[in-house]
Amino acid sequence: MTEEILIAGFGGQGVLSMGMIMAYSGMLQDMEVSWMPSYGPEMRGGTANVIVILSNERISSPIIRHFDTVIILNQQSLDKFEQAVKPGGVLIYDSNGISRHPERKDISVYRIDATEEAIKMNSPKTFNMIVLGGFLRIKPVLTMEDVVAGLKKSLPERYHKMIPENERSLKRGGEIIREINKV
Amino acid sequence: MERELRLMKGNEAVAEAAIRAGVDGYFGYPITPQSEIIEYLMEADPAKTTGMVVVQAESEVAAINMVYGGAGCGKKVMTTSSSPGISLKQEGITYIAGAELPCVIVNVVRGGPGLGTIQPAQSDYFQAVKGGGHGDYHLIVLAPASVQEMADFVGLGFDLAFKYRNPVMILSDGAIGQMMEKVWLDPPRERSKEIPEWATTGKTADRKRNIITSLELDPFRQEVFNRKLVEKYDAIRENEVRFEEYLCEDAEYLLVAYGTSARVCQKAVQLAREQGIKAGLLRPITLFPFPTKRISELAGQLKMALAVEMSAGQMVEDVQLSINGKIPVHYYGRMGGMVPTPDEVVENLKERIIGG
Repeated sequence: MTEEILIAGFGGQGVLSMGMIMAYSGMLQDMEVSWMPSYGPEMRGGTANVIVILSNERISSPIIRHFDTVIILNQQSLDKFEQAVKPGGVLIYDSNGISRHPERKDISVYRIDATEEAIKMNSPKTFNMIVLGGFLRIKPVLTMEDVVAGLKKSLPERYHKMIPENERSLKRGGEIIREINKV
Repeated sequence: MERELRLMKGNEAVAEAAIRAGVDGYFGYPITPQSEIIEYLMEADPAKTTGMVVVQAESEVAAINMVYGGAGCGKKVMTTSSSPGISLKQEGITYIAGAELPCVIVNVVRGGPGLGTIQPAQSDYFQAVKGGGHGDYHLIVLAPASVQEMADFVGLGFDLAFKYRNPVMILSDGAIGQMMEKVWLDPPRERSKEIPEWATTGKTADRKRNIITSLELDPFRQEVFNRKLVEKYDAIRENEVRFEEYLCEDAEYLLVAYGTSARVCQKAVQLAREQGIKAGLLRPITLFPFPTKRISELAGQLKMALAVEMSAGQMVEDVQLSINGKIPVHYYGRMGGMVPTPDEVVENLKERIIGG
C-alpha cells in the first residue's frame, strides 16, 4: 500500500499540522512516512501545501507531481492542483469561498463543508480535523485509534485537553463528506 | 539506553544528533532552507544539559572562524549553512584543511548561482568535492539520502574528522533538510574530556608548545606538508569509500545518483525493470572519496551509465573518470530547485538506449 497525498489551502488553515498528524499516525502504524512542506515566500499569507506519503515500502522521492488524493481548501489551490490528481484518484474539497467547482470527470470528487461545520460546532480550531475525518471515511488508510495517538504525539501537552474536541471533529467529518462524482 | 524513534525534519535531526553525539560547540548563521538547525539548537539549549555551546554568529565568516578556533582547541565543533553561506565560509574551510583540523560542516544545498533559489538542488558538488577554497585540499564529503542519514552522519562525520584530522562536509539538500521522516536516534554520548595531543590547549611544563597554522614560507617544507596531505587523502580513498547498490547484480544500465536524486532513481529502477530494462542504481554515500573502483568494476557488465543529479552535470564527470571510456556515460538532471520525477528519468534512459 502506498498513498500519496497533497493537502493545499491558505496558511493558517492547519494544512501542515493536518499532514503532520497523518505522518505521526502512519508512523504509529509501522508505515514508512514522509512529510514535505512547500517552503518559502509563497507561505506568507498565500497558499500553503504539504505532500504526505504513507507506504508499506521504502518511500522514493518525497517531492512528486501527481497524487492519489488531493485535499483542497481554497480556490487558488483548486486552480493549481485539480490537474495533479492521478486519473481515477480522489479530490476532496471544502466549498467555502469556491466559485469554480472541480470539473474533472476522470476522478472521484468529494465535497466537505468543513468551514461551515466548524462554525456550527463552535470549534474553528479543529476545522482541519473535520477535513481529516472526511478523508479517512473515503480512504481508511489510518485507523482512528492511531490518528488520536498521532494527535497526542504531535500536540504539545498543554493542548491535550483539546483532544476530545478533535475526536468529535474527526467523527463529524466522516458524517458530512458528500460524493459529487464517482469513477 | 535504547535508540529512540522520532518523526523529524532532516534539519532537526542534524541538530538533535549533534547534541547526542557530544558536540562541544555549534556556530551558525540562519539561511533558508536550513534555519531549523540553529532554531532547534537554540530552543533545546544544550548548554544546560550537555554543556554544548550554541552561538548565532554575526556572519557566516565569523561562524567558520569560530569553528577554526574551537577545532584548534581539540573540541568537537560544527557549523551549518546553505549554498550562498557556504561560499562565504570557503576561506575558513581551506584554512581548517591547511591546519589539519577536524570539524563538521553541513551544506543544505539550494539552487544557484548567486542567491539563486531556496528550493533544493545539488549544484554545489564541484565546490564540495573539488575544492571550493584555494589550494590542494580535500574535504571528506558525506551525502545523506534520508532524515536517518542526516542524523547518522553527524556522529560518523566527527569520527572521520578526528580519525584523519580533516574537515568533513555533509552535503545535503533542501528536500532532505525540510522533509519529515522516521528517524532512530542514538542514545546520547558524553562530551569527551580528552584533549588531543595536537590541540593548542592544556600545555604542561614537560610538553612541547603546539602551533596551529596553515602558513609555511619555506617552499621545501610546504611541499613536504603537501605530500603528507596527499598521503592522507590516499589513505581516505583506500579506507573510507561508502556506497549502496540497488539491483546492480544483473544490471545492464547503471544509474548513479546521490541524495534526493538517488531516491528518485530507486523508483526509476523499479519502473524500468517493470518495462523489461535491466537497470540498477549505485548511490555514492561518500562523494569524496568517490566509489571509482566499484563503478569501474561494474562497467564490464554494463551497456551504459546515466548520472542523475539536480545540477547541470557535475558528478557525471567523476562517473566518466571512473568508467574511463569503456562504455557511454550520460547525464540527466533538473536545475533551479526542480526535482526530477522517476518517470522523467526512465524516459531519458529509454531515449539514450534507443539513441545508443
